[in-house]
Amino acid sequence: MPKEALALQAGGGLSLGRVLLYAALVAAAAFFLVPFFVMALTSVKSMEDIRSGHLISWPRQLTLEAWRKAWDSACIGVNCVGMKGYFWNSVRMVVPSVILSTLIGAMNGYVFSKWRFPGSETFFSLLLLGCFIPFQVILLPMSQTLGWLGIAQSVQGLVLVHTVYGLPFTTLFFRNFYVTIPEEIIKAARIDGAGFFRILLRIVLPVSAPIFVVSIIWQTTQIWNDFLFGVVFSGSDSQPVTVALNNLVNTSTGVKEYNVDMAAAIIAGLPTLLVYIISGKYFVRGLTAGAVKG
Amino acid sequence: MATLTISGIRKSFGTEEVLKGVSLSVASGEFLVLVGPSGCGKSTLLNLIAGLDTANAGEIRIGDRVVNDVRPKDRDIAMVFQSYALYPNMNVRQNLSFGLETRRVPKARIQETIERVANMLQIEELLERRPRQLSGGQRQRVAMGRALARDPVIFLFDEPLSNLDAKLRVEMRTEIKLLHQRIKTTIVYVTHDQIEALTLADRIAVMKDGVIHQFDTPQQVYDNPASLFVAGFIGSPSMNFIPCRLVEQNGRNGAVLDTGGGKSSFLPVERPGGSLQPWLGREVILGIRPEQIAGGFHEQEGNPQIHEIECQVRVLEPTGPDTLVFVSINGREVTCRVNPKAVKAPGQNMKLMVDMSKALLFDPQSEQRIEA
Amino acid sequence: MKESHARGRLADRLEGGLPRLVLAPTFAAILVFVYGFIAWTAWISLTNSRLLPNYKFVGIAQYITLFTREPRWWVAILNLFVFSSLFIAFCIALGLILAVLLDQRVRAEGFFRTIYLYPMALSFIVTGAAWKWILNPDLGLERLVQQLGFSGFTFRWLVDSKMAIYTVVLAAVWQSAGFVLALFLAGLRGIDDSIIKAAQVDGASLPRIYWRIIIPSLRPVFLSSVIILSHIAIKSFDLVMVLTRGGPGYSTDMPATFMYAFAFNRGRLAFGAASAMVMFLAVMALIVPYLYSELRGTRNA
Repeated sequence: MPKEALALQAGGGLSLGRVLLYAALVAAAAFFLVPFFVMALTSVKSMEDIRSGHLISWPRQLTLEAWRKAWDSACIGVNCVGMKGYFWNSVRMVVPSVILSTLIGAMNGYVFSKWRFPGSETFFSLLLLGCFIPFQVILLPMSQTLGWLGIAQSVQGLVLVHTVYGLPFTTLFFRNFYVTIPEEIIKAARIDGAGFFRILLRIVLPVSAPIFVVSIIWQTTQIWNDFLFGVVFSGSDSQPVTVALNNLVNTSTGVKEYNVDMAAAIIAGLPTLLVYIISGKYFVRGLTAGAVKG
Repeated sequence: MATLTISGIRKSFGTEEVLKGVSLSVASGEFLVLVGPSGCGKSTLLNLIAGLDTANAGEIRIGDRVVNDVRPKDRDIAMVFQSYALYPNMNVRQNLSFGLETRRVPKARIQETIERVANMLQIEELLERRPRQLSGGQRQRVAMGRALARDPVIFLFDEPLSNLDAKLRVEMRTEIKLLHQRIKTTIVYVTHDQIEALTLADRIAVMKDGVIHQFDTPQQVYDNPASLFVAGFIGSPSMNFIPCRLVEQNGRNGAVLDTGGGKSSFLPVERPGGSLQPWLGREVILGIRPEQIAGGFHEQEGNPQIHEIECQVRVLEPTGPDTLVFVSINGREVTCRVNPKAVKAPGQNMKLMVDMSKALLFDPQSEQRIEA
Repeated sequence: MKESHARGRLADRLEGGLPRLVLAPTFAAILVFVYGFIAWTAWISLTNSRLLPNYKFVGIAQYITLFTREPRWWVAILNLFVFSSLFIAFCIALGLILAVLLDQRVRAEGFFRTIYLYPMALSFIVTGAAWKWILNPDLGLERLVQQLGFSGFTFRWLVDSKMAIYTVVLAAVWQSAGFVLALFLAGLRGIDDSIIKAAQVDGASLPRIYWRIIIPSLRPVFLSSVIILSHIAIKSFDLVMVLTRGGPGYSTDMPATFMYAFAFNRGRLAFGAASAMVMFLAVMALIVPYLYSELRGTRNA
């Protein structure tokens, strides 16, 4: 898009059009920011303030009580141990899954792009389809299988599930990235005497940093934010933070503590939010990488 | 260095047959150029020689060894690619040493080789740089250096100059020729540019549609092309093809050329003995190169093979040393290479001298040259 | 000479098999965990399993029950259509408008883009929790507007069985519009300058250029967006579970929550499996033609 060609009076001109443009952008920004602002504000109010005020009323007194409670002692289901344990469940689930699915995806992507053989493209298409299936269709057999393997309702079970169903995405990322490495470089390496692993280690991996970042960011976000697999395959000890949050927000025992709910929501959302803020363009690259062209 | 022998090579991709029974032999130290239009199979053949792909039929020998099933790294060959294919994450020095390290050559030898090669190609100052910091010509030198460092028995070049601009291409061409004179290793060079083929080769293999049309020295390919395709492909501007009928006049065989404006001339074609008898009365194609139709062979006046015709000038294209004059003969556009001083303006008639000693005849059906 | 050749050939065979070897674990995993499981679910949907799987074949009885004797399923399907249409429409509208606005050489473009996109980094559960609070019937939006002076204002959509579905739409659009924005922005940036310049020389005005030239050339982005948003919509589970739990009653039920309820809470495995299969077939009907045309396009290109 030629910005020079079409900008509504470029640069410093403060025409009506320009003012309206910024007004619209700011309004949209408000639409997106206000909910988070409300969440944060609510989490530092006391329940009296919440009951007497409204969504964006300033509290008489800022307090971190709700935060302490959300972390340590909020009642989620029948356990009153806060989000802490579930937060660490999520960590223990996410880290191995991301590492495994990324590494295996990298190897797969390398093979699919540079070492094709008859049938490999067909397999790739079948793999790609795995990105799109609604997971409802595998929930039941997976429950059975996890039980049969002895890892039902455990973090290991969740790791297995997330690794397997993350493979289509990570493979797609790496394969699409490696396809851009010119074929002639691989030919030159083969003539220089390098084989499968030497080419991978000395030529392909050294240029792979960007796609590793994209894959790790995407997988971390997807797996941390997952709820379906968490709610179906975890037990009370292994629930990830999203399941815990849902339980907290939807329990009807006792008095509803909205400030604790909001603090817990932020606790659940903060890791991926930080990843997003830090990684910036890599996040967007992950979003669009899978979305455009198969 | 080694000899290269290719016998009866066939290669298909799916249902498409790309190489249809190709055979040739390259002497040790010889510079062979495979030339032809896109899709003729020259790059495929080069890949087969390199071992990057396997043939469906036929045999490839390097020296005495049949190498059909031998991996590229064991064939003792090196290759220079059109896109240079330098390893982007390594600097020039590492690019040069990669192949040697893979073969576990001792560090001292590697060091020595790199210095020698860098010196030969004058890339010493570039050794610590990355490929993206190099110009096209520099990258090409590094690519050649990488191949040289391996000291192979055969060098393979896959259109190495196609990505360079015209001026650089001419310079590098000379450098490659000098390099060959220096190292005297067998070279197989693929290009679609017939000038490169003519200037570089000891022998040329002209290919089209998976078949070798002619395998001969550059001068032979130029003077005695085996087929219409070779005649038209080699030489720029390309040979004129004039359809005509072979007739007899005054005891001589030749062709009647209609030069426009109601005029026609008989141009005799001399061939020893009665070799042209079978062709009398039949349609043939007369092939004459533009430089064989000129204006002013003053020093050759009296030469019985030079005949004069008169044509109307249609278009002029000055090229500096000559001017190309476009005329119409037998309904075909014919290019003539004329001394700029003798040229007439478009629309005017001009006398042209045709040197029939180098004229060729082709069979329109088989597209082969009618042998002398 | 021959020996090294033979060793070379064995090594060749091994290296030739290496790519297959590397892919083998993934191949096995996908075969079992995707296609095998789909087959298993399909099989179970043809039985009358309740709490535990049994393999007594009953044909398509479950499907018949699903479509003829389970009004809740039709509610779920209707909700899916209503939700999907609104969700897709609003996401595309909002995403496109914001993309066009951001493309106007705006200062702090990166800053705005970061803000519009951050909800995508959140889980649907977090989004749902936030909006559940904001739309809280007593203490949320209703009270805010009332306290700002409009004492007669009510906003009880969250607990209104007719309107609750629209709260789901609202929260979902809030989360996903940024994604569409990213796609459209990338698309806008990819448009060839010279076409725009030609239009300007022809005298076209700015809105006209957008309407007649730029937006039509974004057709592939529209298509990708619709496909992906549809996919997100069909899978909607997280947001519904946290925001409304399918309620009030089952007025915001969706096929995904329906399946979960019957398969896992109400001990009717085959019935739940049948609903899962219907979801699967619906998605495949959408995705397979799209993927096929995409892959074929790149292969021909």
